[in-house]
Amino acid sequence: MPRIVRQKIEFEGRIEERDVVIEGDDLPVWGATETLAIVGTRVPRVDGGDRVSGRARYTADLDPPGLLHAAVLRSPHAHARITKFDADAAERAPGVRLVLSAANAPRIPWYNGKSWLFDPELRYAGDEVAVVVADTAAQARDALDLIEVEYEPLPQVLTIDAALAPNAVLVHAEGNVLGGPEQYERGDVEAGFREADATVEMHADTPDVLHHSMETHGSVVHWSGDRLTVWDSTQHIFGVRRQVAAALKIPLDHVRVMSPFMGGGFGSKNGAGKYTIIAALASRQLGRPVRLMFTRADESQAAGKRPQSAQQIRLGAKRDGTLVAIDYRGASNLGAYRAIGSPLAGPAKELYACPNVRTEVVNVFTHTAPCAAFRAPGFVEGTVALEAAVEALADKLGIDPLEFRLRNYAETDQVLGRPYSSKFLRDAYERVAKAAGWERRAPAPATAVAGHGRRRGLGMGTQIWGGAGSPPAYAEMRLNPDGTAEIRIGTQEIGTGAKTALAQIAAEVLTLPVDRVSVSLGDTDFPYAPLSAGSQTITSCGPAVRMAADEVRRHLLDAAASVLEAAPNDIRLEAGRLFVAGVPERGMTVAEVAGRMGNFALSGRGFRGANPDGVTIRTFGAQIAEVEVDLDTGEVTVLRVVACHDVGRVINPLVYASQIEGGVIQGLGMALREEHLTDPDTGTVLDLGFDSYAVPRSSVIPEIVALAVDKPDPIANNLGAKGVGEPPIIPTPAAIANAVANATGARVTSLPITPAKVLGALGRLR
Amino acid sequence: MSLESRTDSVTFTVNGRAEEVRVSPRRTLLAALREDLHLTGAKEGCGVGTCGACTVLVDGRPVLACLMLAVQAHGRSVETIEGLTRDGVLDPVQRAFIEHDAFQCGFCTPGQIMALQGLLRRQPDPSAEEIRRALDGNVCRCGAYLRIQAAALEIARTAEARRPGRPA
Repeated sequence: MPRIVRQKIEFEGRIEERDVVIEGDDLPVWGATETLAIVGTRVPRVDGGDRVSGRARYTADLDPPGLLHAAVLRSPHAHARITKFDADAAERAPGVRLVLSAANAPRIPWYNGKSWLFDPELRYAGDEVAVVVADTAAQARDALDLIEVEYEPLPQVLTIDAALAPNAVLVHAEGNVLGGPEQYERGDVEAGFREADATVEMHADTPDVLHHSMETHGSVVHWSGDRLTVWDSTQHIFGVRRQVAAALKIPLDHVRVMSPFMGGGFGSKNGAGKYTIIAALASRQLGRPVRLMFTRADESQAAGKRPQSAQQIRLGAKRDGTLVAIDYRGASNLGAYRAIGSPLAGPAKELYACPNVRTEVVNVFTHTAPCAAFRAPGFVEGTVALEAAVEALADKLGIDPLEFRLRNYAETDQVLGRPYSSKFLRDAYERVAKAAGWERRAPAPATAVAGHGRRRGLGMGTQIWGGAGSPPAYAEMRLNPDGTAEIRIGTQEIGTGAKTALAQIAAEVLTLPVDRVSVSLGDTDFPYAPLSAGSQTITSCGPAVRMAADEVRRHLLDAAASVLEAAPNDIRLEAGRLFVAGVPERGMTVAEVAGRMGNFALSGRGFRGANPDGVTIRTFGAQIAEVEVDLDTGEVTVLRVVACHDVGRVINPLVYASQIEGGVIQGLGMALREEHLTDPDTGTVLDLGFDSYAVPRSSVIPEIVALAVDKPDPIANNLGAKGVGEPPIIPTPAAIANAVANATGARVTSLPITPAKVLGALGRLR
Repeated sequence: MSLESRTDSVTFTVNGRAEEVRVSPRRTLLAALREDLHLTGAKEGCGVGTCGACTVLVDGRPVLACLMLAVQAHGRSVETIEGLTRDGVLDPVQRAFIEHDAFQCGFCTPGQIMALQGLLRRQPDPSAEEIRRALDGNVCRCGAYLRIQAAALEIARTAEARRPGRPA
């Protein structure tokens, strides 16, 4: 019987209570002793052929007949009001079909009612002023120059400090702090510090960091009567559907959203963009399909970012290394509109056993581009502060930093006061320490080394994050008469290998080769699945796929029992063959049984069961970075990163390693190179693409060793798996910062760790 | 007649086939391939020559198709990712990419593969360093770099092993 259960759901570093529908009993967990033949093996991606051949069609590759193209005019001011808008010349330009703006577009609330789809008040440089739709993309872009706009510049705030200053200009009438400061306290922090034999205190700052997915944001939309089809580069087709239907005031069943292939999102594509709605309005008015894809410059200004953070942390420990106090304050620059704060304090609250903890996080609005979730939002930044302070304190006490961490190992979730479903962080520590040669680590010099030459150092970072997944998620499967199986599920393949993992899970249940199972996803005509974010795709969708396949398996056993004239309980399924227990020769293949049904497909449906009550599900991990620092130039070279993560059962070790490497590389970029720059006077964006924003490239990638604990979680879900998408980026910047400090004695906790900052910390910058 | 409304005929070979397109003078090779010839394997990642997603081969050399005008391709031979697969059979570099999991979202992959093809035409058994340098212009935000390098090295080793006078 379906029932509604209220559950604490962890998502993107935040806990919320949510009503979820549970349809019945879940399958037993694939435990540690379960022998699995396909799950846990290195299966090459099932969509590899599509991706290496150019056959994979991404949103911008779609070209429905009559397609029109759109381009966006953006605000040059950080804060301004439009006083005059004249699109006459643009409307008369060659090929132009429509110019949409606040002057003629319907007033559709946007950003949780804080603004409009086209708002005459612009709150960041890059805010949408108008959109031109034309026969070609070039014509649309040309016509942007013909739109005449007069702006009245308004007072602006760009930085955290400015936004928090007394009498600051308000971004929104409610104030510049989203929802007020977020405070947490356990124990007595002041008493803890009085007990401490040693303390450290430091600042940590991280810059705005851009996602820069290779495929920019965008949609292709097409109306057929009053029904709308949207192809979108998105991590959340059902979210886009809901937002589009709400914005256009049309029923949900009139909107179909598809995203069969998408070129990366990293959190920036978690919902509908204005571009989707604008394209839909234009398409409806013009009766033609419309494509609105961001240029790379658009992507740099208005596609979201990891928000700049300013953090302060103070730790206190006893002589034996026991942590007795953590005091943490963080601030996050959300930009103009983000509605969700950054969970910066997550690591400080939960990573280490400590009786006295106080944290405060302030999320600030400014006249800069709205931020978006970016792979482990808040936790990457918060881990830099915490883990830098931990190694500094360990060095100060003369305790090896790994030993220090083990002495303060948190056995339970101290925030919610309950156990973890599983925690194998010790295994991760042990394995990275061994693989990276941690015993070689010499304590950091007490004072910065300012000599000549190059010095090497080792540094560690620890990762804590969610990744449990949750209901609801549903899947359907059918087994065809030729023995092929098809899965349909409304999730997304954003590059993580989800399609392959889901095929493995289904193939495992039916004991079929993976190439007999096809997975179709990225379509709201398929069963509901959640957004592909929060490291939850496999942990939410995989258990439902397993259950759908299990139902098909049961039908198959019944069918075989009838054909083989045996009781269903006596039928065994092994390696694609059904036979009577104890009489292996009395059997037939899956395809033979399925073929007996005529042109009829055995069908199964599966749902995601509830998360276990009373436990916290977390992923854990550790990384060690080895760096070389040139003391004369301040240049940091990362030589090697060793990573080991506890993400439960690893479904596919090949794809797991790719996820780890990708996360480490993004973390490395953030540690050393990436910084999105806003002009401090005007608020305009200074980097408009890869020429001025330094994403990591082939030549700077170090050796990366991707290890896995690979122990199934005994209760988290029926697969024993936890998520892997976000964990690997979390500890990398912290590990690199610690390695630089270990090498030189100069601690730089302001990212990116540029040569100038290193030289400054060495006292060599004149 | 404005420059924009003028069109020129471009005849060239694309994946071994003679093609003709009529394009405005400023139309890029990338736009001609993607929109006129419907070869959408080459991607526009930046449009300004900084990411490599649009890499194709022109007369056997890697070129950023977003920076080359279609008219400049007149009389030349262009190869795109679509040309690598013959009768549905993937070429060795494509197979190596799959085996090494040398992509995640796959958006940059056609460009990576064509840049690598360009290197291999010039230098069949490149060193690891030559591979890294040849692919430095191709951004992969998912971070598949090490796997791309591993796939490329495997191809290089196979080529080296096949070279006459060398022990297999």
